[in-house]
Amino acid sequence: MQKESLSACGLFLDRITVSLAEKQLLSVSLTINPGEIATVMGPSGSGKSTLLAYIGGFLAPEFTATGQVLLDGEDICTRPAHERKIGILFQDPLLFPHLSVGQNLLFGLDKDIKGKQMRKERVCDALQDINLGDFFDRDPATLSGGQKARVALARILLSQPKALLLDEPFSKLDASLRAQMRQWVFDKAKAQGIPILLVTHDQDDAKTANGPLIDLGQQS
Amino acid sequence: MLHFAPILAIALMLGPILFGLAGSLAPAFGYLPALGGQDVTLEHFSRLVQIPGLTQSIWLSLSSGLITTLLSLILVVMLISAWSGTRFFAMVQVLISPLLSIPHAATAFGLAFLLAPSGWLVRFVSPHLSGWTRPPDWLFPNDPQGLALIAGLATKELPFLLLVTLAALPQVDALRNARVAQTLGYGPMASWIFAVWPRLYRQIRLPIFAVIAYASSVVDVALILGPTNPPTLAVQLVRWMSDPDLQLRFLASAGAMLQLCVTLCALGLWWLGEKLVAFVFILSVGSGRRFKKDILWRWISAGLVLAVILSLLLGLIGLLVWSFAGFWRFPESLPQAFTLKSWIKQIPMLADPLLNSIGIGVLAALIALVITTLCLEQETRAGHKAGRGALTLLYIPLIIPQVAFLFGLQLLFLLLGWEHSAFGLLLAHLVFVLPYVFLSLGDPWRHFDPRYGQVAASLGGTPWAFFFHIRLPLLLRPIMTAAAVGFAVSIGQYLATILIGGGRWETITTEAVALSSGGNRRIIGIYAIMQMLLPFLGFALAMALPAFLHRHRRDMRPNTH
Repeated sequence: MQKESLSACGLFLDRITVSLAEKQLLSVSLTINPGEIATVMGPSGSGKSTLLAYIGGFLAPEFTATGQVLLDGEDICTRPAHERKIGILFQDPLLFPHLSVGQNLLFGLDKDIKGKQMRKERVCDALQDINLGDFFDRDPATLSGGQKARVALARILLSQPKALLLDEPFSKLDASLRAQMRQWVFDKAKAQGIPILLVTHDQDDAKTANGPLIDLGQQS
Repeated sequence: MLHFAPILAIALMLGPILFGLAGSLAPAFGYLPALGGQDVTLEHFSRLVQIPGLTQSIWLSLSSGLITTLLSLILVVMLISAWSGTRFFAMVQVLISPLLSIPHAATAFGLAFLLAPSGWLVRFVSPHLSGWTRPPDWLFPNDPQGLALIAGLATKELPFLLLVTLAALPQVDALRNARVAQTLGYGPMASWIFAVWPRLYRQIRLPIFAVIAYASSVVDVALILGPTNPPTLAVQLVRWMSDPDLQLRFLASAGAMLQLCVTLCALGLWWLGEKLVAFVFILSVGSGRRFKKDILWRWISAGLVLAVILSLLLGLIGLLVWSFAGFWRFPESLPQAFTLKSWIKQIPMLADPLLNSIGIGVLAALIALVITTLCLEQETRAGHKAGRGALTLLYIPLIIPQVAFLFGLQLLFLLLGWEHSAFGLLLAHLVFVLPYVFLSLGDPWRHFDPRYGQVAASLGGTPWAFFFHIRLPLLLRPIMTAAAVGFAVSIGQYLATILIGGGRWETITTEAVALSSGGNRRIIGIYAIMQMLLPFLGFALAMALPAFLHRHRRDMRPNTH
């Protein structure tokens, strides 16, 4: 009974393999419960980011992949990326440089929230929430590294994803900022009650995540 | 719908060429029922080879194609090998980009004004140094050997080849390879020539072929600078084509096939040359010689490149001075007075050609831009990089001689009732505008960080929302530049406009070239300046609009991307 409820809710990676030109890069099975952070570790070139690309729905055509990705019990592999409701945070914040901070968040905000006034309010609330209250009209280029990372996470969360993928999101931050950002991102993400998958090569990330761990480096 | 974009692009670029070649081929062999040609015959070819001066015309076309390309390529090789990464090189780059956008005809007029017996160069040294009080009796430009034509084409193709090479440098990791060779004790120029150029050359081979083809079949520059009796083959063909005696069309069509062969022959000779150079290269690369003493060569290359840039600039300034010149006696270097008289007299006459040029140019650039962005979007979504084959397709319109297929296209449009129509003219311009827009936008598009698309999709943004709200605005600068390139290409079209548009669509370029035989320098100056001004305005808009729209966004400034 326990098992059933697990697969119905959360992110379930069912015997996923990714290969490049006949050579298998990885093979992973993993269950991530809502509010849980699973970690995939491995050196560069081990295919960590490729795994995220497969789950997110934008695997480059030179790769081939097999296996099911079940999100809250549904196979999402046949859906295009923009209909999977899976949020991704990259190493770089990737704020759209031609939009203001607020417009970046508006682009992320779920389309079911209607009405110009309503949408703007939601974005302003989100900005308050990350202590950037009067940043709506700011140029993203003028933000500090930490501020950009916060906006990037807020943008993802506003899109109301059903799962979150983190692709080494702290690796480019200063050492002093890293631990603080990590704790903050993990707290925020856990509070959403969605499954989170983190790929990293940083031991501390995995320790803090305190969830299921797969080490691709030791696998083969 | 997106799937059809590449097919549409290929049809628009290659359709007119294929149909045009067929349309030239049939009358060349005597078949053109509209003009009474019912039987397939070789008669027109035998008439063609008996035309007096034909051998000379062929020779002129071949030599201008090959020598022009060789000269500009040698200069580019020398300049890049000797000066890459220096302040001088950066300065040359800044000077040369705007020169590229100027139509060929305008630079040809500028050089003609500079080099003519009564031009600035002679005036500068007269009468004190040279002793001339009257212009010397030289036939230059339009010298029978075609030297002025070669000089004019080589100076104009230098900026093109240089910019194409600069774009290819990062693809071959040029700077680091050259440094490695230098640490092995090779001289700076030898380092580049041994370690970088063999692979760099492969990257710029198609543009070089385009230059050979262009220089061996050009019409407008040859009308302005080239010999007159006999002229180059292409000019001779256009004369026959515009002759009131319609029977000469058969001869012109046979000549168009000959032109195709001459251009292919030039390409073949170049190919043989490549083999020879490769052979010599392999012999010398293992010899161990370091060629350390190259300082003289470095200065020679700098001097030559400066001379080319200076002559282009002086020529253009000369156009400006002539257009405002009052009475200007030989050998004075400047006119006695400047006046607006020529301009005031010409302005009413300029309106129609200007409107035509701008209208066709804007339409062609916009259509090309829409098709190009859709093709690139399709390529991105399909996740496949365009291969070498696609690149070769883009170069076909630039390598097949224009005269060879425009004759046939004109005949076809005549049969379809499209002759002299704006639609037909637009189709003909698109053959040349599309590849340039494609080549200009392709690289920035493909270097766009794919993670922006992944972020947008993970936020739930549809592919079209991403296309319109993120990709197009972020690529606004290269998109506008590509449009400006397309506009400039359309403005510069002479042969397509005159053949397909007939007399109905006078543009600045057709008017300017038509004036060249009259020899009124003040009026020629005015038209050539307008020819320069139009592309310049296009590029200015392409820089100003993104800068204005994104004025509050620091990361959208050109130096940060």
